[in-house]
Amino acid sequence: MLTIKNLRVAIEGKEILKGINLEIKAGEVHAIMGPNGSGKSTLGNVLAGKEEYEILDGEVIYEGQDLLDLSAEDRARMGVFLGFQYPVEIPGVPMVNFIKTSVNEMRKFKGLEPLTAGEFLKLMREKKELVHLDSQLTNRSVNEGFSGGEKKKNEIFQMAMLEPKLAILDETDSGLDIDALRIVSDGVNALKHPERSTIVITHYQRLLDYIVPDFVHVLYQGQIVKSAGKELALELEEKGYDWLKNHSL
Amino acid sequence: MEEQDKILHEVTSQEYKFGFVSDFESESIPKGLNEDVIRVISAKKNEPEFMLQFRLDAYRKWLEMPMPDWAYLKIPPIDFQDIIYYSAPKTKPQYESLDEVDPDLIETFNKLGIPLEEQKVLAGVAVDAVIDSVSVKTTFKETLAEKGIIFCSFSEAVQEHPDLIKKYLGMAVPTSDNFFAALNSAVFSDGSFCYIPKGVRCPMELSTYFRINAAGTGQFERTLIVAEDESYVSYLEGCTAPMRDENQLHAAVVEIIALDRAEVKYSTVQNWYPGNKEGKGGVYNFVTKRGICRGVSSKISWTQVETGSAITWKYPSCILMGDNSVGEFNSVAVTNNHQQADTGTKMVHIGKNTKSTIISKGISAGVSNNAYRGLVKVLPGAVNSRNFSQCDSLLLGSTCGAHTFPYIEVGNKSSVVEHEATTSKIGEDQIFYCNQRGISTEDAIGMIVNGYAKEVLNKLPMEFAVEAQKLLAISLEGSVG
Repeated sequence: MLTIKNLRVAIEGKEILKGINLEIKAGEVHAIMGPNGSGKSTLGNVLAGKEEYEILDGEVIYEGQDLLDLSAEDRARMGVFLGFQYPVEIPGVPMVNFIKTSVNEMRKFKGLEPLTAGEFLKLMREKKELVHLDSQLTNRSVNEGFSGGEKKKNEIFQMAMLEPKLAILDETDSGLDIDALRIVSDGVNALKHPERSTIVITHYQRLLDYIVPDFVHVLYQGQIVKSAGKELALELEEKGYDWLKNHSL
Repeated sequence: MEEQDKILHEVTSQEYKFGFVSDFESESIPKGLNEDVIRVISAKKNEPEFMLQFRLDAYRKWLEMPMPDWAYLKIPPIDFQDIIYYSAPKTKPQYESLDEVDPDLIETFNKLGIPLEEQKVLAGVAVDAVIDSVSVKTTFKETLAEKGIIFCSFSEAVQEHPDLIKKYLGMAVPTSDNFFAALNSAVFSDGSFCYIPKGVRCPMELSTYFRINAAGTGQFERTLIVAEDESYVSYLEGCTAPMRDENQLHAAVVEIIALDRAEVKYSTVQNWYPGNKEGKGGVYNFVTKRGICRGVSSKISWTQVETGSAITWKYPSCILMGDNSVGEFNSVAVTNNHQQADTGTKMVHIGKNTKSTIISKGISAGVSNNAYRGLVKVLPGAVNSRNFSQCDSLLLGSTCGAHTFPYIEVGNKSSVVEHEATTSKIGEDQIFYCNQRGISTEDAIGMIVNGYAKEVLNKLPMEFAVEAQKLLAISLEGSVG
């Protein structure tokens, strides 16, 4: 599904990713862990097509296509979803209008007719239940006045609505209390599908108690310094990142 | 960041979509202005003596006035002797059905997306269409007449209701008010008159579509709305103009008089030709709009969506004379490319317990400048009065300007005046968030801008709100990809 080869990325002249290699197959869940500033969010943003980064080298093949050649909106339409660490507010734009536009853009790309109002409302009701999203929230402006937990739930709600092929969840656990964490994780797990791959970016092992990864990668100073199965997360939790820093040397 | 600017540049450098010139014959008098020209205009319109005196009085005052230079605008010199002050479609039709109307005219309306026949049937809107200066078509007149409502061209009102005109003309905007109002008073050729009798609620939205057409013709419209005690009317004004190269001067006057417990809602969507991307051409729009809440507990609200014109100089205002009267001003002003706008309002509190609200949303793009200028004046006798003002500016890109000039004068201690202002930029994070959900940058900007302006758009009558939303998107969208 996704192959990243020797990806090197800089922002404002500073190299952040220094040769990332990663292979993700359909249906797999990969966790990317690492200390602050290791480049985790950069990787998510680059895959989603944020403009401010400079690609120095390497390639990213997604479903047989050169992902880095596509605009951010086309990547999204082809099934790449980024769950934002800090979802932005868009005042005056009701969430329901926003997600409806989004769903129909995806459908248009696939050559499908827009959903009727009835179909859309039914779909929305279903998916809101999945993440226990307060039904009032979709009537408010996009993320405006949402609590931290509500914003994250809203990201997973959008993921549920859009049914992406590749979901990148950037620190979805940050700012969540334990109940919200469980609800968000349940949502992600419910969306698990043999055709859907997930990249979970996180600081803490805690999230991986709920979303069990097939692989864990540790990103440190712009490189993946260790990859292993889910047990790596526990080992990291126990020994801390310092263990790996020494280990990598 | 660079990429963002590039996209914004592309998005905002779009051409005017309603540019075309229709080709029907005009009857004009020679260029220039003097007392003889004014006498000719008045005679052509077969006006009573008081109208000629009104015009001459205004003209003599205008001669002594300097052109105002206090606005945040760069106004090229205007040669007032190089303007044709009167032109009218050659035949003044009095048609019973649309079939009899000049097909060119119907075609023009169709291009604008406002087919009269559809509006007539579907929307139930009475339309007084003003092409150049003479009213061509008035619909639903009979329905209105049953209620005693008068809605007709200004010329017709001068002929048929001279007493009303004599009583109210110049009450809100006296001839000496300002340079452009004086000029309008001297030379206005036509416009609309609306009179709602005591206790009558006008059953439909009244609208007038203005259009500028004949080359080199100044356009001087005059609108007068009188709402008697306990009456209500919602009045819509919408306009687009054909593309042309030379600048066109427009100096309209709108007067509203609201008597005891009367309410008047005046909504405008203005989309005159703004000039091309290089700032060539476009309409100069110098408008005086003022309402007087003469009666107790009367209410006047102005709602405007301004996207057009090369230069906009416009301050729809409320004089709150009656105790407990209410004034509102809701505005969205978009400037793009080389457009300049200096717009806002005046709220003058004279009566006790008067209330006013100002919501102004400026949107600037390209290399345009957008200024809000507002005066809130509370006189000593206007005890317990309140004003709330909110002035927001939204910038697209880094080459445009937003400016706010609020003036507040409070003459007593029991009144409360509040002013809030914000300036924001469409964030690249907002656009990326939309992109990541499959929404193009162009659509994202349209969505964000409409969200920003929603508070004001919600105040527009339904059919206008839809049109205005499209217009906002069209004004800022365009040529991406």
